[in-house]
Amino acid sequence: MSELTPSQTVGPYYAYGLTPEGRKKWKPDEKLYRWKETTGDNLVTADATGERIRIEGIIYDGDGKPIDDAMLEIWQADAQGRYADPRNGKPIPNSSFKGHGRSATDASGLFAFDTIKPGQVPGPGGRMQAPHIVFAIFSRGMLRQVYTRLYFPDEVANAADPVLALVPADRRPTLIATRSERGGQKVYRFDIRVQGDDETVFFEI
Amino acid sequence: MSLIYPKESLSAFPKHLSPGYKSTVKRSPSKPLILMPHTLSELTGPVYGHDAIQDGDNDLTRQHAGEPLGERIIVHGHVLDEDRRPVPDSLVELWQANACGRYVHIVDQHPAPLDPNFTGAGRTVTDKNGYYKFITIKPGAYPWGNHHNAWRPNHIHFSVFGPSFLSRLVTQMYFPGDPLFPFDPIFNSVTDEKARNRMIATFDMENTVPDWALCYRFDIVVRGREKTPEDID
Ligand SMILES: [Fe+2]
Repeated sequence: MSELTPSQTVGPYYAYGLTPEGRKKWKPDEKLYRWKETTGDNLVTADATGERIRIEGIIYDGDGKPIDDAMLEIWQADAQGRYADPRNGKPIPNSSFKGHGRSATDASGLFAFDTIKPGQVPGPGGRMQAPHIVFAIFSRGMLRQVYTRLYFPDEVANAADPVLALVPADRRPTLIATRSERGGQKVYRFDIRVQGDDETVFFEI
Repeated sequence: MSLIYPKESLSAFPKHLSPGYKSTVKRSPSKPLILMPHTLSELTGPVYGHDAIQDGDNDLTRQHAGEPLGERIIVHGHVLDEDRRPVPDSLVELWQANACGRYVHIVDQHPAPLDPNFTGAGRTVTDKNGYYKFITIKPGAYPWGNHHNAWRPNHIHFSVFGPSFLSRLVTQMYFPGDPLFPFDPIFNSVTDEKARNRMIATFDMENTVPDWALCYRFDIVVRGREKTPEDID
């Protein structure tokens, strides 16, 4: 038996501590969320190069109802495929791009991130992975986070991605965002279904 | 420092579906999770330095004009990996109810007073020894709608960043001897008693400050174990 401290649910009341700015955005009349934010839903820094994108989605429970109190975190490389983590000796971004973001869902279950499209990063056996973003999802009713990945449509690299290859072909579409254009900006739609026939693929890692 | 993350260690965690906690029924994956190898994307993680926090962020009793009501306490400990080595420079965030068991959250409608001198959010970054410290007040128990006469034991919510995105941990710290333990499906979602007890802080007489505050110790162990030569690919 390991000595890990067990995980417990984030519960319904994390927002004033973990995502106060996000909550103000969703409900501008709220005066309660005075706490400064550590990390929010806009990852774009002025010095970051690459294509600016927006990611949006709704997260649904097993009844198909939007989950209005989930917290989603993302972790991604910069446009050149570098993670902002100096601890393992790999190249790190030469900008202040952090690659980590946090978004609380609003009353309609919607989360959103403004970020940069990530580049390719190395995978197992020296094979390159297709551009992707790791999601960790926390919510009331989730005793531990669930992990999934967002992939981009129309990426030739998807065909050779070693992680997508592990997913049965009929479930792969749940991991691939759909693209649209809004006011000259690329918006990637990534809905998440926690249960059901079209349940999003979650990874055991 | 290069670590490995054995999946067996996760047996200490609650199952995604734990029907005693009703909300898990519609919010836990119903299909089997897909096993995947750890890649650079999982083995790296965000690093928040001391610039992410401000002086005093770890003292929840000094965020307003006056002092909050309730029992002042010190909560401190170390963030450690599975080999019990310190995790330095790790962001630790917490949030909690006030002494009456009420959260500063629009959704919380428990008829207990808010405290104008208490928000209930704090953060700090571990030092080079993995050490963190908060000053706060002891949160009250509060009711919730899971079942008839459901009450949460006193607890403080913790969010921790370890050595990688895999070691990311959100948990709750409980207080020793709480009479509500046997009745709480969230606490008991951890089925192994030893693992469950690791969520309970220990009373720390040695660091209790005379005439000022009781002290509790809460060590947090996150995923990550040192690579042995056999593990190196
Ligand atoms: Fe709570």
